[in-house]
Amino acid sequence: MAVLVQQADFDLAQELAQLGGADGSAGAVISFTGLVRGDSDLHALELEHYPAMTSAALEQIEQAARKRWGLIDVRIIHRFGKLELGQQIMMVAVSAPHRRAAFEAADYIMDYLKSRAPFWKKEHSTQGTAWVDAKPEDEDDLARWT
Amino acid sequence: MNLNVVYFAWLRERIGEPSEMVETNAATVADLIKELRTREERYDLAFSDLDAVRVAVDQTLTDFDAPLDNAREVAFFPPMTGG
Repeated sequence: MAVLVQQADFDLAQELAQLGGADGSAGAVISFTGLVRGDSDLHALELEHYPAMTSAALEQIEQAARKRWGLIDVRIIHRFGKLELGQQIMMVAVSAPHRRAAFEAADYIMDYLKSRAPFWKKEHSTQGTAWVDAKPEDEDDLARWT
Repeated sequence: MNLNVVYFAWLRERIGEPSEMVETNAATVADLIKELRTREERYDLAFSDLDAVRVAVDQTLTDFDAPLDNAREVAFFPPMTGG
């Protein structure tokens, strides 16, 4: 299964080593890793998700990308729970015959993860806690792909 | 019918529980929301701005017009912030 939803951290190098395409079929591998960034005294990010829906939603995004760009392989890992500053939140890796497909597919998957994967982020800062609002730009980002 | 209604993020916090069984005859999601809002003030507050609420019926994202026949689980949550 190329989609993992987990509390545990991941090792990008290990994940890339498991990505299909190293048999000579892939000419390009792209990976993206999201980290907890320390805006405005933020010291942790708490991620809540909808366990009954999350994997299916991620797989749907993965399948759509595979089909649209003829990808060789996709790996998506998304963490949940409380993550400290600088920790890894999620990763996407794709392999494709050519670089343009790989870049575009990774970009597409990220746009859909932002607003169609059932995760919610709560910021913990010195001011207390606050839920992160979705941005109007997130929907504009999706519109790029229709 | 008996529906499992689940809440996430600030909707969960405002309503004060992650899930509950709701006995209802609501035909659509919108009807269910109307029913919940009449229950108690915390529901009325949680659903006061529907532009900030999204819904999934049986784990599939849908809209407030969606019918509830044969539905088993309805989830309410704010716009997602994954990635």
